[in-house]
Amino acid sequence: MSAQAGHGAAVRIDACGKTFADGTRALQPATLDIARGETLVLLGPSGCGKTTMLRIIAGLELPDAGGRVLFDGKDMTPVPIERRNVGMVFQSYALFPNMTVSDNIGYGLKIRGVPSKERAERVAELVTLTNISGLEHRRIDQLSGGQRQRVALARAVAIRPGILLLDEPLTALDAALRDRLRSELNRLLRALGITTIYVTHDQSEAMELGDRVVVMQKGAIAQIGTPREIYFTPRSRFVAEFIGAANIVEATIEDRHLVLPGGRQPIHCDVNMPAAVAMIRPETIRVTSAGSASLSGTIDSISFIGDRQRLVVSGASNRLLTVDAPNTLRTRPGERIGLSISPDAVRLLPPES
Amino acid sequence: MSHRSFVWLCLLPLAVVTAAFFLLPMARLVVTGAGGPQGLAGYLAILTEPRYRATLINTVLLAAATTIVTLIVATIAGMFLQRHRFPGRAVLIAMLTFPLAFPGVVVGFMIILLAGRQGLIGDFSNRLFGEKLVFAYSIYGLFLGYLYFSIPRVILTIMAAVQKLDIGLEEAARSLGAGPWAVQRDVVLPALAPAFVASGAIAFATAMGAFGTAFTLATNIDVLPMLIYTEFTLAANFSISAALSVGLGIITWFILALARSFSGSAVAAAG
Repeated sequence: MSAQAGHGAAVRIDACGKTFADGTRALQPATLDIARGETLVLLGPSGCGKTTMLRIIAGLELPDAGGRVLFDGKDMTPVPIERRNVGMVFQSYALFPNMTVSDNIGYGLKIRGVPSKERAERVAELVTLTNISGLEHRRIDQLSGGQRQRVALARAVAIRPGILLLDEPLTALDAALRDRLRSELNRLLRALGITTIYVTHDQSEAMELGDRVVVMQKGAIAQIGTPREIYFTPRSRFVAEFIGAANIVEATIEDRHLVLPGGRQPIHCDVNMPAAVAMIRPETIRVTSAGSASLSGTIDSISFIGDRQRLVVSGASNRLLTVDAPNTLRTRPGERIGLSISPDAVRLLPPES
Repeated sequence: MSHRSFVWLCLLPLAVVTAAFFLLPMARLVVTGAGGPQGLAGYLAILTEPRYRATLINTVLLAAATTIVTLIVATIAGMFLQRHRFPGRAVLIAMLTFPLAFPGVVVGFMIILLAGRQGLIGDFSNRLFGEKLVFAYSIYGLFLGYLYFSIPRVILTIMAAVQKLDIGLEEAARSLGAGPWAVQRDVVLPALAPAFVASGAIAFATAMGAFGTAFTLATNIDVLPMLIYTEFTLAANFSISAALSVGLGIITWFILALARSFSGSAVAAAG
């Protein structure tokens, strides 16, 4: 893998928007820099424009006039995909059914005129790397979903691309396999160290794989940041609710406190506001006894998840509050409990989002 | 009545029709074929008698040429029609598939109008070069006629197959560096192979056995169906025409089976 240390190209997307022929605006003009060797995740619900952005970077779609795509500072906008040297993994995997596994992996090298001996060595290297030894001569319809995913990845990486583009590569798999392959993919991407752009609608994939995450909403970028930034300091209600579980609380702020139906919650905010919106993550709420607490409520329901239990509490806020409690806590619905939340854990959001 | 005997009862009409209109005439045909002065050897006449053999080769070549040219024309047209949207597309498809409605006689008539003695091409070449170009009454006219009614069938099959093609496959090939020709060669054509075999088989079998067009064009075109006709009606040579009929059926079936087994691996792989 020594040839790949150094790690592909830096990508700049400059004012790239996309309007389709029928007039739909798939992507608002967006500008984005992706560092050499970085793994960037485009995250959002379906129809948010993430796949369109990936296809613009790949060269499968042209941006609207004025938009440019640059690799290492070089304008690639008019260059078709076959000359961009990008490796792409499709959601459907798009493996060639008329070729064996090793022919699929070696296809890009064959097109480039790499001699068959060298090609065979490279294919063998990738077969080992992606853990599919023994399947080289299989036909594609003889592979399981997970095996196909690995072949698709090996095929994309075989050509030593400058940029690796992955379009929801795990979505077609069942949940257990998805989790396993996610950590395997993470290890592989770190080992390759190549510039990677990864599209997904699954926030846990985005968290685990991304150096940075771009959260997208309705064709526009809602927030860019590391997984921690996105999780702890979301800039809008959309981001807060899309990433992880979030309690959105509407209340007035008086004298450094949120005034709630179930009591007063201290926060870091010096300004008094008549209508503030705040986010509190369920795992930051600690359950205490009702008597001494400044904020309290009644347990509506309990779902035992295994590693924790999720309580739904009414009466504390203007709407139901979700609380993650330790799995050893003994309690039952109807019981009155106190809620202790650190002021650090309360994140104020812009109200109009 | 048990469920089983009910099913058998329902199958009875089918059995009667099959026996009366398929099995019995076929058996009769086979028997007649062996009833000539040469006996069973009459069946070999199609291969041993030089005139019959030449006709057989002619017919197979004509059918093969028709199939290949039809596939080329129809694949390009079908791919274009399926992948592009333009004004008049529906009308164009309707026109291209219109010949499906014509019997062979009408197709032959149209070929004569196009390339016959009073035909359009002859008129045109007469004005241009002072010489009438006439080829309607030959095997070339027949070739044109077969193309004309094979293309619609094949176009429809190819269009259906192109619609089912995964665009992702082509995009994946391009992402790996394949140019337009390589994408066609490595991805699109292999994926269409089953459609080629299916629609090519129909085109081939039609061109082997079609009679109406040939009969309309001329009675002396050297193809098997015409030979059978002349042996039967003009020479009243029942046994030879029966033997030739059986031979035509078997040879067509054999070539189709061969094509299917050759493409078998490709079809399975593309499946």
